[in-house]
Amino acid sequence: MAGDLREGRIVVVGASLAGLRAAETLREEGFTGSLTVVGDEPCPPYDRPPLSKQVLLGQVAADTTGLPMRRNPEAEWRLGVRATGLDPMGKRVLLADGDALPYDRLLIATGTRARPWPHPEEAALDGVFTLRTRDDAAGLAERLAAGPRRVLVIGAGFTGSEIASACRERGLDVTVTERGPAPLVGALGGTLAKLAAAMQRNHGVDLRCGVTVTALRGDSSGRFTGADLSDGSRVEADVCVVALGAVRNVEWLADSGLAAGPRGIACDAGCRAFTMYGIVTDDVFVAGDVSRFPHPLFGYQMLSLEHWGNAVAQAEVAAHNMVSPGPLRRPHLALPTFWSSQFGLNIKSVGVPTFSDHVVIAQGSLETRRLAMVYGYQGRVTAAVTVDMAKSLEYYQHLIETAAPFPPASGAADRPLAAEIPVPSDVPDPKGLSHGPTVALTGYLPDRRLTMVQPAG
Amino acid sequence: MQTVVDLTRCQGYAQCVFLAPQVFELHGEEGLLYHPAVPDDQAERVRQAAAACPVQAVLVGEEVKAGGR
Repeated sequence: MAGDLREGRIVVVGASLAGLRAAETLREEGFTGSLTVVGDEPCPPYDRPPLSKQVLLGQVAADTTGLPMRRNPEAEWRLGVRATGLDPMGKRVLLADGDALPYDRLLIATGTRARPWPHPEEAALDGVFTLRTRDDAAGLAERLAAGPRRVLVIGAGFTGSEIASACRERGLDVTVTERGPAPLVGALGGTLAKLAAAMQRNHGVDLRCGVTVTALRGDSSGRFTGADLSDGSRVEADVCVVALGAVRNVEWLADSGLAAGPRGIACDAGCRAFTMYGIVTDDVFVAGDVSRFPHPLFGYQMLSLEHWGNAVAQAEVAAHNMVSPGPLRRPHLALPTFWSSQFGLNIKSVGVPTFSDHVVIAQGSLETRRLAMVYGYQGRVTAAVTVDMAKSLEYYQHLIETAAPFPPASGAADRPLAAEIPVPSDVPDPKGLSHGPTVALTGYLPDRRLTMVQPAG
Repeated sequence: MQTVVDLTRCQGYAQCVFLAPQVFELHGEEGLLYHPAVPDDQAERVRQAAAACPVQAVLVGEEVKAGGR
């Protein structure tokens, strides 16, 4: 049985980090059949985190962030061609060039793309960018190097904040607009968001919270010149970066019968895709940003992650399960982990900060800008975020994995008072945010269920 | 040769920065930046850095090429 699974035809759709790691793992696990990797970008897989950091700082060229291979996946690469459809009965992936790739097992790793500015004619103005691909980063880095008078960043999530940080490091004036009350609030909650706001302002960012951009303006030759804000003010700038989160690349699956929607493709803990009826498939697997999967530590809610480490870990589990018979399959139960580097601070997160009702500062302090914030939900530890205390994170990871009581025991704290007084985690309703958090719970909690109101008469 | 650092694992020990300062650089107290494309004359240093990393977060290898099977 296992022998059969190591032969045949496997198609991987998505040629980024998850697709590459899955292809490598398939070969490591002994798959000897034909392996095809499809990608809509023309280049082989590259690393994206440096695009908003090293590349924008001008230290590294955008086209040098190619990923190293752990081993040669011996794949046929179909790059620069988009998958346009899936025929699950005929077991074929349809491509934009008219070709159709037959498969025995399929891995979907199509990831996300930048959420575009909603008005296409304004988005098309010269000087308006999003930041997701290598080409985006190359174009934006070139504009920053040319020394614009001011850069406008729309959205203060992780990407927007990292872009603002790079701009300030280059000595550029930058305005950041955020619909929520502070930067990173959707991902980290209110307390750390206040620190993030202070850091941005201390570094000279013109930070405008609680406002939205209502229009992007251009001159007669189509160059971006500035933006109107919802508070009636106007920002004059030469460059605009739209950093409003990501959109999952699922449109090509619209007629496939899979459980694919705006929050991703639902799959089981073994990375097997669900159909729209909630029935698990046995030949279609999912990994990376485009997936949503149930996690027992967070009430079996479906988790949708935009994390580098999740792309790697889930791709490895998916690849293992694609070539393993049922009893040898593994679950993908890795804890979400995330990092960001901005304004000289190293921010790392483990668990799901938005799955929380209270927080404590377990180590360090806001004043020293060095701290470990622990998040709890109904009396157990569910997440931790460190600022310049990366070595502490592993300890809190252990507390989360063992559902340790919250607030954590005093041995975990060098500031006992702060660690004993939980304050509300102040996580806003994600519906009100202009950018998505990088971890989204996409299920529901029975104790937070909505009440249906029957209109009278 | 290409390198990538798994910054999920990285805990800021900075062994890589000591061993290959032209490729790895601390940004602030513990944020790490690096040059993904390793210059030929730095390859051996980067291999040493990968071996020395206490959490094995540095991965080196040939750049993935799409040259068919």
